[in-house]
Amino acid sequence: MPSQLQSPARAPLTQVDGGEPIVLDGVSFAYRDRRGVPLQALADVSLRARAGEVVALVGPSGCGKSTLLELLCALRTPDRGVLACPPAVLMPQRDLLLPWLNALDNAALALRIAGWRRAPARARAHELFVELGLEEFQRLRPHELSGGMRQRVAFLRTLLAGKPVLCLDEPFGALDAITRGEMQEWLAGMLAREPRTVVLVTHDVEEAVLLADRVLVLSARPGSVCAAIDVELERPRLRTADRVIALRERALQALAQGSRR
Amino acid sequence: MRAAAARGLPAVALVLGLLAAWELYVDIAGVEEALLPAPHAIAQALWDSAGLLWRNFAVTAEEVVLGLGLALAAGLALGVAIHLSPLLRRAVYPLAIGSQAVPIPVIGVLLVFWWGFGLLPKLVVIALICFFPVLVTTVDGLAAVDPDQPKLLRTLDASRWQALRFAELPAALPAALSGARIALTVGVIGAFIAETTTPTTGAYPGLGREIVTDVNFQAPRAYAGTVMLVAFALACFYALALAERALAPWSIRPRGETP
Repeated sequence: MPSQLQSPARAPLTQVDGGEPIVLDGVSFAYRDRRGVPLQALADVSLRARAGEVVALVGPSGCGKSTLLELLCALRTPDRGVLACPPAVLMPQRDLLLPWLNALDNAALALRIAGWRRAPARARAHELFVELGLEEFQRLRPHELSGGMRQRVAFLRTLLAGKPVLCLDEPFGALDAITRGEMQEWLAGMLAREPRTVVLVTHDVEEAVLLADRVLVLSARPGSVCAAIDVELERPRLRTADRVIALRERALQALAQGSRR
Repeated sequence: MRAAAARGLPAVALVLGLLAAWELYVDIAGVEEALLPAPHAIAQALWDSAGLLWRNFAVTAEEVVLGLGLALAAGLALGVAIHLSPLLRRAVYPLAIGSQAVPIPVIGVLLVFWWGFGLLPKLVVIALICFFPVLVTTVDGLAAVDPDQPKLLRTLDASRWQALRFAELPAALPAALSGARIALTVGVIGAFIAETTTPTTGAYPGLGREIVTDVNFQAPRAYAGTVMLVAFALACFYALALAERALAPWSIRPRGETP
């Protein structure tokens, strides 16, 4: 697999309009069980993301990270607070590729749903596969692909949705450590090439520091932003670099404090 | 081809063994032919009455194929409708379940009154008997998509129709085909019930009615007709299994053989 890190200057493969920032002000959300008893998932969350910024959300399990993404994707509406977000597309943790479609058609699904006919949708997806050196995989069905390849295809589907905001929900959470490292590099290259506003939910503090411009730490449920760490490091970043390690430690400390709350 | 033959071997051996035991039993116990004809007598009847049996079989085969087609269409359409509308589910499901308990002779007369002595009332009887497994498996299959899939599709701005078309219908196909296989196995007996409950004016009444006529006076021929029905049901079953392989190859597990 040729690393995309060597050539961040190449022209983007996909383009979208929309330079609007994401704004959340005092957003709260509670789930209700059958009897209507609320379970507060998010309490008073405020955050901002500039257009083109990569924001990572880290937090303990059950702190409402995924709920936050669903709010951004307009799958839920907040109980309280102000939320402004340009059109966003979700990339769930499990790839949710359709088992009856090959990799190419799975990536092209976003275009098909946008109303493209089959041939042009395939041709467009094919361009991306060729450009990214994934051509040999495009005819394979999901069960024939490795975990990393499945996530790549899912990411291409997400890109082809043509939305200015990508919501990535623990995209590499189910991968083994080595594949995860490769995929983080690959995603860093893709994001350098395809500028989008990205909200990345992850358990992995190192992943957050490697990929994001800013790391937001959420507290235990009900989640709210308890720390913001700017990652002002040039790319590509190495996980062994001193400053990456230092930031990772800072984020871990903030996470530990927020979890204890 | 050789592998297929090897897989069929146990069934063939079992059938041959049973036939031999049957032949011996009739011979040794001296069972009357009217009660249980020996296999060789059945084979003889199959040979002697080949023309008559074949023409009746053609009538029955047409009924089964068309009736199953009707059952599939009705089961799928109703399944999708029930999936899309909770109201319809509450209204229609109990009725569909209840319909399976209706003894066909009760409505046979009405069907003939409405649609005469031709093919149509028979198709309706077969469809009534066969649509239910297709309906149930379709409804379950449509509901079985990953619960996160609708979220993903919504963020891709999929309409309800697109979600159905791109995700739910293909996901339900293997289940619906399993339903079709169950429907098929009852389809042949459904044709038998249809022929014996709704009279016909055709030159050949179909294998079911022929069997009923023969069973008292020409037992070997009744058994010969039964052999044809059984063979037909088997052929249909395996044809559908092949179709399943072509239509939904992703659902075939590497180790999961069709029986």
